[in-house]
Amino acid sequence: MPNQFYIQDWIKIKNGAIFNSEESVFAFSEDELNPFLKAAYDNLKLEYPKFHKMDGLSKLGILASEIIFRKNKATKDTALVFSNNASSLETDRQFQDSTKTFASPSLFVYTLPNIVLGEISIKFKLQSENAFFISENFNAELLQSYTESLLLSEKAPEVLCGWLDLQNGEYDVFLCLVSKEKNIPFSEENLKKIYCAENEKPTH
Amino acid sequence: MKNLYLLDDAIISPLGFSIEENIQAIREGRSGLKLQQKPEITENPFFAGIIDESLLNQTFSEIGATEDFTKLEKMILLAVKQILDKNINLDLTETALIIATTKGNINLLKEPGDFPENRLKLGQLGKVVANFFGFIQTPIIVSNACISGGLGLAVARRLCDSGKIKNAIVVGADLVSDFVISGFNSFQALSAEACRPFSKDRDGISLGEAAAAILVSTEKPKISGVINLIGDASANDANHISGPSRTGKGLYKSIQKVLKEASISSEEIGFLSAHGTATVYNDEMESMAFHRSGLEETPLHSLKGFYGHTLGASALIESIITKHSMLNNELFASKNFGELGVSKPLNVIRENQKQEISYALKTASGFGGCNLALIFKAEKK
Repeated sequence: MPNQFYIQDWIKIKNGAIFNSEESVFAFSEDELNPFLKAAYDNLKLEYPKFHKMDGLSKLGILASEIIFRKNKATKDTALVFSNNASSLETDRQFQDSTKTFASPSLFVYTLPNIVLGEISIKFKLQSENAFFISENFNAELLQSYTESLLLSEKAPEVLCGWLDLQNGEYDVFLCLVSKEKNIPFSEENLKKIYCAENEKPTH
Repeated sequence: MKNLYLLDDAIISPLGFSIEENIQAIREGRSGLKLQQKPEITENPFFAGIIDESLLNQTFSEIGATEDFTKLEKMILLAVKQILDKNINLDLTETALIIATTKGNINLLKEPGDFPENRLKLGQLGKVVANFFGFIQTPIIVSNACISGGLGLAVARRLCDSGKIKNAIVVGADLVSDFVISGFNSFQALSAEACRPFSKDRDGISLGEAAAAILVSTEKPKISGVINLIGDASANDANHISGPSRTGKGLYKSIQKVLKEASISSEEIGFLSAHGTATVYNDEMESMAFHRSGLEETPLHSLKGFYGHTLGASALIESIITKHSMLNNELFASKNFGELGVSKPLNVIRENQKQEISYALKTASGFGGCNLALIFKAEKK
């Protein structure tokens, strides 16, 4: 059966660098999470004050989706299908610490992995299908079959899917926009190939 | 999309460790919510539905070593075991395991006991359950706030549609941990009394813990009455991450989408299993979305007065109880409902009734602005 769907665009964020299918979008001298997030925010001229209230996972999701949706306009039905290993554990630990003194409601709200889907939906006005999966490793098979089902059943015209993980300050983001627009055929193999490719800046 | 039939199920909750005990308690109006004290978290006493651990260990000791598993794992393993015992010929190589949970073993963050650090990871929870029974496929973990349990059913249907799987065991489970008590308390969202969904005097949620599991299949079983999931839809409010849209726009959209997929009108819905957490804003928002969807006369209940809010388990438990309501032609009263306290009229069920239900709607909403709607069809004869 011919593949009807394509990876229209993709983005990776890892080790202080952001790059997409065409180029290096941003690279920073240090890869430590908070300085990197701040520098990327400034570099992109995001001008979205809510960003500063978010936890690390949501900030990473906002940066990645911003770059994707600047180039490729989202519709209100663009679905979000994300996955990771650590769930919201980074913020869970911070909230747990806060309970020793004063349990913080503003931390508690980020102790769910799907909050980033809410943040992205608010920023880009998406009233779409959401799903957040947890898996030990990047599960291309699950992302491929679930995303394809949403597209084939016309529950979504396009899907932003991928991996958004943050633990112990280390971040690993790979999101791709899947649609009917011709580009890289959307398959389990291609998902794996792009995700697993060495995170080096493209040379061209 | 393909049909997805709801087959054997199990609920481990304060109401009992079998589906029969759970249904009997609801039929008799018995709640699992009890007054709890946690002075180290809040000086105010609160109601919650908590499973007696010694009772759980006693029951679990028949199938495994109690010290090897966390409380949540024991609840899940007991639920799944009940289903496998009724389906001894089920081929686990082609059965997916889908686990829906918001926080899994989060209690280990504070008190790890003898468990290794990674045991609080949700992926690890999946492994423990899969290894216990010998599931071959990598477990699928859904963690999407308070719609997780219902979304687990939608995920099963969607993956069946892609031809990847033929059947699945969908699990929904969460604990009443100090973590979530602290969190909801910090939001001042805990009710001082047992929660009162849709009532005028409602003042917040009661938490609950439970594990539920259900076998679902694309193959129609050879039995006379069966319930079929014929529609599923989710939609984000795109409004706020910790509160619902005031107008219930995401919930309304998900209801419209699911009605369209099921090719039925709102008048054909005979019963509505609402989310009904008993917070001021949630129940109000639901009334807006239901009214706009033409569901103001549809009999509805919330089960939160029985179970409390079981978070990632809630929408699965409520789907399972809906399944039995449809099979037994009975509508259960909405526990702790007094005077209607939302701005749009609703038909909240006050007393158990005998009623045939052809189609039922299950809805859920959660943090992150997520909303879910499912439609079940009764196929009798």
